[in-house]
Amino acid sequence: MKHPNKRVDATTSALAPQGKLSRNVYVVLAVVSFAAVFAVWALITNLGLVNADFMPTPQATVQSAIELFTEQHFLEDIRVSTYRVLMGFLISAVIAVPVGLLVGAYAPVNALIEPLMSFIRYLPATAFIPLFILWIGIDESEKIAVIIMGSLPQLLLMVAVDTQKVPHDLVEVSYTLGTKRSLVLWKVILPASLPYILDSLRMILGWAWTYVVVAEMVGASSGIGYMMIQSERMMVVGNIFVGLLAIGLLGLVFDCLFKLLDKLLFRWK
Amino acid sequence: MAASVHYQIENVTKQFPMRKGTLQALDPVSLEIYQNEFVAILGTSGCGKSTLLRMLAGFTAPTTGQILSHGVPITGPGKDRGMVFQSYTLFPWMTVQKNVEYGLKQQKMEKSARAETARKYLNVVGLDGFADAYPKELSGGMKQRVAIARALAANPESLLLDEPFGALDTQTRSHMQELTLDVWRQYPKTIVMVTHDIEEAIFMADRIVVMRARPGSIKEIIDVDLPRDRDFYIKSDPAFLDYKRHINELIYEESLKLEQEALGA
Ligand SMILES: Nc1ncnc2c1ncn2[C@@H]1O[C@H](COP(=O)(O)OP(=O)(O)OP(=O)(O)O)[C@@H](O)[C@H]1O
Ligand SMILES: [Mg+2]
Repeated sequence: MKHPNKRVDATTSALAPQGKLSRNVYVVLAVVSFAAVFAVWALITNLGLVNADFMPTPQATVQSAIELFTEQHFLEDIRVSTYRVLMGFLISAVIAVPVGLLVGAYAPVNALIEPLMSFIRYLPATAFIPLFILWIGIDESEKIAVIIMGSLPQLLLMVAVDTQKVPHDLVEVSYTLGTKRSLVLWKVILPASLPYILDSLRMILGWAWTYVVVAEMVGASSGIGYMMIQSERMMVVGNIFVGLLAIGLLGLVFDCLFKLLDKLLFRWK
Repeated sequence: MAASVHYQIENVTKQFPMRKGTLQALDPVSLEIYQNEFVAILGTSGCGKSTLLRMLAGFTAPTTGQILSHGVPITGPGKDRGMVFQSYTLFPWMTVQKNVEYGLKQQKMEKSARAETARKYLNVVGLDGFADAYPKELSGGMKQRVAIARALAANPESLLLDEPFGALDTQTRSHMQELTLDVWRQYPKTIVMVTHDIEEAIFMADRIVVMRARPGSIKEIIDVDLPRDRDFYIKSDPAFLDYKRHINELIYEESLKLEQEALGA
């Protein structure tokens, strides 16, 4: 879209608080920050400022990546980890979104569930790994359970807060227009809070990646986390770096997908 | 007027709990509003006009006393009482057209009839061109006009208007006043309108309730004895100006009282 007005408004100029940046400048700055981190990395490793056993050069990392993909079926690790993350995330979402809506909208449901969830969410999901291994074993469901343990209570509480952001005025006016009390959640509160809920989902998906990697470091035989912990044992630091980069890139891709979805669905915002 | 009573407000008071003690928003108010009557409520800011309207809407219950609609106590909001709020209350995720259609959809009106009715009322409020816009793309005054169209389109038995034209410029405002009166004549309904504009109250209402400053109560009820087919020119009629002078004095007394209170405190 071309801007009819090229001049910048004083209160939203780039350097003012809450100011705006043109899309191009934004991209340039974002690329610059990536490049800067990369440059520092390339410099300190290539100049030998750090021990190559602990931090590989970018070239060595690329070499590791090639080996991982071609000889050590790294693609399969990525697939497995992504599958676990998405399963854990989806199961969490399918439960947390509707229950979170009810918790946010109905005071008795809130009283029943909110304090309990607030308690549970402070229990570190990773601390459940030993217990889950005992209960479930070390197969897929255990990994997914860890992700659900970490994501579901958080997401539920976030959705509840999102629901409570809907102005009460909107609910009231909908009643005067004939909305039934039993339908106001569906017709007013849900559509009004949907953009916030989508944003909460985006945040939670990011956390799910943390949990999967930890879960894969204990009692696993596949996945990015498994590859990384194996590489640590064999002192192949390049592989660890490839693992980190892979997780970062996957996260970025999913984040972009969510932002795209937001643009497509919520033109009204 | 030999009409039947629509609303009976009987010794209604309202208190709000505050951090310390309670706030007396309304002292006992009693008022009867007739079927298809147009009542305007005037009073200084904070005297409890919105509070009274919200109790009529059924959003909040009186602390003491009761409000009856057709002899039945009001226990909650209903589609028989449409409302235009002082704040902006369009559904942001719906286009202007869908907003206006909303009430009709709840009434299960058929789709094409719904669209047509919505278009008609958008035309009435002068927003034909904005049917597909989202609320965020409208100015404050435009949003308020859509809210009015939405309330009118649902054609409720009664309309509660809380400063509906407050955000409009003088021209649009008097235009909207006439349009609202037109719709009211065509589809008679009981209208209770809160306003700060004395001229607007005289121009539109059958009766004007002037309220005392906080805690609010009824200071005086004025029957507006002007021909019902009022047009723009009536605003310079001597009788109109007499009403205006009188009400101005009443309001002035109240604001003076507030001022003295503030000085004394
Ligand atoms: N929900 C509430 N909780 C506590 N106090 C309230 C509440 N609503 C209104 N009040 C108080 O009641 C009094 C009357 O408020 P109200 O909104 O009815 O005034 P108003 O006459 O509509 O004023 P304005 O013309 O400024 O809109 C005010 O003192 C206000 O602070
Ligand atoms: Mg008010």
